Amino acid sequence: MGKLLERLLERFHIYRIPGYYGKYDHQWTIVIDLDQCDGCEACVIACHAENNLPIVGEKECANNRAFNWIRIERYVEGEYPDVRVKFIPVLCQQCGRARCEVGCPTYATYHNQDGLNVQVYNRCIGTFTCASYCPYDVRHFNWFSYQWDTPLDQQLNPDLTVREKGVMEKCTFCIQRIRDGKERAKDEGRGVRDGEILPACVQTCPTGAMTFGDLNDPESRVSRLAKDPRRYRLFEDLNTEPSVIYLKRVMEGGSSKDEAPFNL
Amino acid sequence: MKHHLTYKGVHEDVLRMITRTGPAYYVVLVIVLFCAIALYFLPWFYQIHTGQGVTGLNSPSYWGLYLVNFIFWVGVAHAGTLISAMLYITETPWRRAIHRSAEAMTLFALLMAVSFILVHMGRVWNFYWVFPYPNQRTLWTSFISPLMFDVFAINTYFISSLIFLYFGMIPDMASLQHRVTGWRKRLYTALSLGWRGTGREWHIWGKAYMLFSVLIIPLVVSVHSVVSWDFALGIIPGLMKTIFAPYFVTGALFSGFAGVVLLVSLIRWIFHTESYITERHYDRIGIMLLVLSLIWSYLTALETITGLHAETSFEMEHLRYKFLTPRFSYPVGFMIFANTILPLALVVRRVRSSVAGQFIISLFIIAGMWLERYLIILTAVPRKYLPYAWHDYYPSWVEISITAGAFFLFVALFMLFMKVFPVISLTEMKEDIGLPTAEGER
Repeated sequence: MGKLLERLLERFHIYRIPGYYGKYDHQWTIVIDLDQCDGCEACVIACHAENNLPIVGEKECANNRAFNWIRIERYVEGEYPDVRVKFIPVLCQQCGRARCEVGCPTYATYHNQDGLNVQVYNRCIGTFTCASYCPYDVRHFNWFSYQWDTPLDQQLNPDLTVREKGVMEKCTFCIQRIRDGKERAKDEGRGVRDGEILPACVQTCPTGAMTFGDLNDPESRVSRLAKDPRRYRLFEDLNTEPSVIYLKRVMEGGSSKDEAPFNL
Repeated sequence: MKHHLTYKGVHEDVLRMITRTGPAYYVVLVIVLFCAIALYFLPWFYQIHTGQGVTGLNSPSYWGLYLVNFIFWVGVAHAGTLISAMLYITETPWRRAIHRSAEAMTLFALLMAVSFILVHMGRVWNFYWVFPYPNQRTLWTSFISPLMFDVFAINTYFISSLIFLYFGMIPDMASLQHRVTGWRKRLYTALSLGWRGTGREWHIWGKAYMLFSVLIIPLVVSVHSVVSWDFALGIIPGLMKTIFAPYFVTGALFSGFAGVVLLVSLIRWIFHTESYITERHYDRIGIMLLVLSLIWSYLTALETITGLHAETSFEMEHLRYKFLTPRFSYPVGFMIFANTILPLALVVRRVRSSVAGQFIISLFIIAGMWLERYLIILTAVPRKYLPYAWHDYYPSWVEISITAGAFFLFVALFMLFMKVFPVISLTEMKEDIGLPTAEGER
């Protein structure tokens, strides 16, 4: 009896872990060095091209319906002559304890064995709960079935779908590239090499501010960068355990503390 | 009240309410149905066809008017069960004349609430995916989602209120089947399940009715608690508060009772049932409204203070947005006036037992409670964490039209119900009159 109870408890405990995995095969992570980011928005463009993101136009953008899976947030500080602008790229943080996964009734968003927060478009019924629960506001909804103007309709990426109206979507860390890299590695009978897989934003970043890799691999570049004393994660006190690690920007005089809201 | 009511009189009156329909009633019904179709169904079809973009929803404000209406209608649905079940167990006599209308109100308000979930959904044609059934997608539903709690809570509530309403009507329909003709006779004969009115049947019926009443009471608390968790279990500043479940339940009962006052007053006015729904009823409901108003006011104050105590910058921003932005501070003022200050007039017995006074106060309460839900959602969601993502929400014409259309649809459903089923309980009214005495007439 006691043994059965123990087993049941153990099972219950396992199911309490998001995604039910004790340890992920990979723990994909992006490290963003804010000291190197110059806010050029090349990553935004690359993301649009890679992930079939619609261009919604001026009016819809003004209503905050732009499809920027990654966006450069700008914060202006101070009065006119003494103005300082800070920026931070925000994308889906692929949280370890994601609130969006709690909200979804149909498992349209769940945790996969790579530690990623996956969005399955076909399962989505559009209840908006995931987007409302998300503290980073990185989820985007297909308000209409969008069309692409020529010649943009000729450059749609065949590796992933075009979403229809009524479906939620978000940054996937370019899961199609991750799948591709993993499969190639499997065919060649080896593990995935560090730096072999690059999401579109990381590949495009001209200053090399973004680094993508596996945090489970202690030798990887992200593992080394994650030990940086400047490291922080967005809203760590919300206990969402994000997979995106920011390296704090060092301000004039070497201080980076209390410079901006939320440790920019 | 008892003096001028007779068995025969009750029978005639109930029958009159069902079968005698003046031309004005038809005209009103047609107008209401037309408004329901024009304001509710057509914009909804337009929204389904075009996409959710026709609403005013935007990136942080993914919850808008539809969910406000959802909470509102679930709230209105609450008083029905309370009046039927809780007051039945406590043998409160004044529930008898109004409980049938309250139960019908529960049912139709719940239908409205469910319809607003559907209207809110992005891909409504797949709504059945939230039900756990073996499917070709080999996918179970996620039971950690508060929305799943909701699916079960609302389904349970809907089915139990339907059974409760039907069960209470069996003796009435059995008795009325001999007095009606045509499709009504066939309907009543079928639905009364061969009820003959023997002592044994009455005994079993009474036992079962009591059992249903006891079983349904937890639902009064559970349904709106679960609805509140849809919001409180997220991590949205302004919504993530443990006080939400009692807060929502109190608000639901409060608005539900106001809804009952409105409906019952209308029935009283249309069908001239003054001898059934008397000033004594109004007096008692008035006390109930007053008590609920006080509890609600206390919880509202507590909710705000909880936010102040949290003292995170996000919580403070939510409070600032709610109380100091003109767009919301005026509605907040109106809400406090309608739900806290105005109901204090019910302390006076004259106001309490006056139909007009209660009608006006209830109108204000309904409006104030709708605003309360509006303020809860629309001041929290547009001001989440990252200031860059903040964006105000203004409802579009589609949302406003569907909101208004739902009221018409509700009224239309209720008007149809009144012409098909006895809206005053025959059995319980006769019980109220008491046994016939030697004087004959009783």
